[in-house]
Amino acid sequence: MDAATRPFRWHRNFSAKVAAIPMIITAMVVFVGGTVWTVVYSFTNSKLLPREKFVGLDQYERLWGSSKWLISLENLAIYGVFSLIFALVIGFLLAALLDQKIRFEDTFRTILLYPFALSFIVTGLAWQWILNPDFGIQHIVRSMGWESFTFDPLYNPDIVIYGVLIAGLWHETGLIMCLMLAGLRGIDEDIWKASRIDGIPMWKTYLFIVIPMMRGIFITAIVLIASGIIKVYDLIVAQTGGGPGISSEVPAKYVYDAMFLSQNLGQGFAASTMMLLTVVIIVVPWAYLEFGGKRQ
Amino acid sequence: MRALRAAFAATTALCAATAANATDLEVTHWWTSGGEAAAVAELAKAFDATGNQWVDGAIAGSGGTARPIMISRITGGDPMGATQFNHGRQAEELVEAGLMRDLTDIAEEGNWKEVIHPSTLLDSCTLDGRIYCVPINIHSQQWLWLNNKVFEDNGLEVPTSWDEFAAAAPKLEEAGIIPLAMGQQPWQTTLAFQVLLTALAGPEAYTKVFGEKDADLAGSEEMAKVFQAAATAREMSKDSNVQGWNDATTMVITGKAAGQIMGDWAQGEFQVADLVAGEDYTCLPGLGVNEVIMTGGDAFYFPKVDDPEITEAQGELARVMLAPETQVAFNLKKGSLPVRGDVDLNAANDCMKKGLDILAQGNVIQSPDQLMSADSLTQVNDLFVEFFNTPSMTAEEAQKKFTELVADAD
Amino acid sequence: MTKAPHLMKNSLGYAAEPEANDGDVTLRPAESPFQQVRLEEGPAGRKPRPFLSRRNIIVYGTLIFVSLYYLLPLYVMIVTSLKGMPEIRVGNIFAPPLEITFQPWVKAWSEACTGLNCDGLSRGFFNSVQILVPSVILSIIIASVNGYALANWRFKGSETFFAILIVGAFIPYQVMLYPIVIMLREIGLYGSLTGLVIVHTIFGMPILTLLFRNYFASVPQELFKAARVDGAGFWRIYFQIMVPMSLPIFVVAMILQVTGIWNDFLFGVVYTKPDLYPMTVQLNNIVNSTQGVKEYNVNMAATILTGLVPLTVYFISGKLFVRGIAAGAVKG
Repeated sequence: MDAATRPFRWHRNFSAKVAAIPMIITAMVVFVGGTVWTVVYSFTNSKLLPREKFVGLDQYERLWGSSKWLISLENLAIYGVFSLIFALVIGFLLAALLDQKIRFEDTFRTILLYPFALSFIVTGLAWQWILNPDFGIQHIVRSMGWESFTFDPLYNPDIVIYGVLIAGLWHETGLIMCLMLAGLRGIDEDIWKASRIDGIPMWKTYLFIVIPMMRGIFITAIVLIASGIIKVYDLIVAQTGGGPGISSEVPAKYVYDAMFLSQNLGQGFAASTMMLLTVVIIVVPWAYLEFGGKRQ
Repeated sequence: MRALRAAFAATTALCAATAANATDLEVTHWWTSGGEAAAVAELAKAFDATGNQWVDGAIAGSGGTARPIMISRITGGDPMGATQFNHGRQAEELVEAGLMRDLTDIAEEGNWKEVIHPSTLLDSCTLDGRIYCVPINIHSQQWLWLNNKVFEDNGLEVPTSWDEFAAAAPKLEEAGIIPLAMGQQPWQTTLAFQVLLTALAGPEAYTKVFGEKDADLAGSEEMAKVFQAAATAREMSKDSNVQGWNDATTMVITGKAAGQIMGDWAQGEFQVADLVAGEDYTCLPGLGVNEVIMTGGDAFYFPKVDDPEITEAQGELARVMLAPETQVAFNLKKGSLPVRGDVDLNAANDCMKKGLDILAQGNVIQSPDQLMSADSLTQVNDLFVEFFNTPSMTAEEAQKKFTELVADAD
Repeated sequence: MTKAPHLMKNSLGYAAEPEANDGDVTLRPAESPFQQVRLEEGPAGRKPRPFLSRRNIIVYGTLIFVSLYYLLPLYVMIVTSLKGMPEIRVGNIFAPPLEITFQPWVKAWSEACTGLNCDGLSRGFFNSVQILVPSVILSIIIASVNGYALANWRFKGSETFFAILIVGAFIPYQVMLYPIVIMLREIGLYGSLTGLVIVHTIFGMPILTLLFRNYFASVPQELFKAARVDGAGFWRIYFQIMVPMSLPIFVVAMILQVTGIWNDFLFGVVYTKPDLYPMTVQLNNIVNSTQGVKEYNVNMAATILTGLVPLTVYFISGKLFVRGIAAGAVKG
């Protein structure tokens, strides 16, 4: 309320600062504090409980010597790249279709969004059935007479991660679509009018005018998808359990398994420190470019 | 809502009136399936009969799900009254950190050292001579489950040992039957290997490898046989395309597969499908070679609390859990074996009786949980998952890696 | 036929007229007749066409095809939830049930056992609502104010805090489990509803703040400056300009939070006690039992039942999405 009374320059932003207190506390205490804590304990041999028994880089040596961890990273890279690209492209295309002043928009939007309401555990279970060669799609196609048809992504170590991708995309694209739709709804109507008058084809308007205007939404969507990718765990557990063998392991699962199944907290902290380090390496330069202080 | 609350209040008031020293005791556990819940109900009934009140805190999923919850509650300074935990090595740290209650007085008073059989169960509750947990049942893993009809239909004798079973495999395959059903989850493949090891190399070898971490033995000729058998098992189960152990059991029940190596809990599935032990299906403890039983099982721990009333109730619960009547009622429902040798189990079925006999003869081994740390066990798990899913990995390679793991294990 | 879509939009457009702006002279939403004209033109401003035009066939054809793909798993779940266990054991997952039974639904809602308590999902329902409502409201309020401050009222260091927050979005929850136990214990909120609400607010904050910040940043600066010239301050601009203009993004935030918090299991059990356990504890116990017979039909029924609350929110929020069109008029 003070800001409304045109205060002096030095506390011009007083309300904004007060309003940002929860954010500052969260950032500094929870995230920075929690991260420092994690990094410190990654140098210990903590097992069931966090303990200050420092062992240097032992946990990291073991981490990088583990074939499970290396496979996890490879899977994350494949899953991440495809998931990011497909979710963005499909999400945007669907939003653009829904934004064509169509009938039954509510119905279509709800159908595309409903998977997001279901937990990953069940998403994984349902897709595990559909992709099961003995009673899912392969079975149906074979029983229709095409005996040699093979579609068993979850049982083939080489392609299992793509089987997970199918379910992952099914779950998340609806939300991305909604986010894009919100962005499209925020686009000024005059833009469309102007581009129509200039005779610019619709696809060009989308590609060169609308998408650049929706930059913020795209960044939000990318962060949303990417943070989901890094944390993907439940889906894998429900759909493949990391199998066949260890062919669909992911880093988050490695962390959880180390912390709570092997009861080796130190190893779990080391793995999550590596994950965080990767994120920091990617996010910090981006954040620097993005918030380099050019606006205002 | 309000009416409901009033009703609750009234019931509580009533309870308070009947039992002057009624204390609510929150008990966490991960027994949530039908049979398990029925078994827990027996415990609760017995506990409530003492005038206290069992407050149930069931969380499904042992390792990744329930454990962080229990540890958070205990370290968060707001512990539950009692909690199920894998006994053995896993709770060691909580005990060392002084977070668990010492039950030695109650154990001496109840003469647990005498009544608990086999005594190794109590050993894994003991740290520096003090007792910290109550073992409540025995689950065994060393079983081969066979569908009799599958063998008879194909003109084969129902095998009585692993070797006979392996010999019958080619004929079964010709008939389009998967000889060995196996789920893809990591622990199942490790279980199969441990069972093969115990059965083919003998219980002593098992204890030396897992207990004493004898790497020389792990790399010996003797053990090479076990790894060859594991390779055979891999070959026999190559068409088994399921995840869960119960899905694999269903394959045996429906005759799609001939057999499965699995713990005694598989029996519940056969019972639900109305099959009769000895007639429709056969169970071979120790794969019919070395008839031994692993004495893993479940145990309850009691976190340290300040409230004297809760401490009192904890002691009461510990006593109740080991009472003969509770043991019988609980284990019949659970399908496991009692931890007391002096109780009568007439209602047990054919397979359970086999188990009891072996127990009575003292042919027991300790479970890997009791012998090896969870961390090392997970590494062993990972190895066997890899082995069972990578047909190109030879038995020799697996043995070499296994030997390295054993050498580093703690 | 050609008129119908527009009429439908129109009626919704009227219903969804923003009311929060009333009283603010400079920012009053467009009058209805004006709005009607705008809506008639549509975003791409095409002329009305016959329904079976090439464009419509492509648009509806694609949407129907995609919808079928999206509905396939739901179909499998519903069909499975209506079958008995023997049928599931032998049957084909796509086949309709031979004998329809609602028993799995009844069981999932009111009979499935969680340990000793055999009252199904119904047990945790009110707890879930009790957790959901304050958590969603608090997290959205805080995050939208954060986003607004970051987009329009920057101060020294604000971007640094924000960057830290974004990195925080990538931390796996389980890693933070124990540190947060310790923090909550130290401030004396461990095991309470308040503590849980705070935890949900904290973990929702990174993504939501980003969402609001980027959306508010796309609001034309002229509007903001005009309001400043009129003497409006931080809160007044927030409530009278930003909030009414950003309904679709509030809907997205709500979808995110309602779903996330409603489906949360881990925080619900780790930071509270059994008398506050959310419904997902029962769902986990039904779906996730490690031993014993898996009742797939009950699993599926339980999942669909649990999903009903977020689904209802999605349905209701649809109206607000349409309102976004009306909000677009304000910017013109």
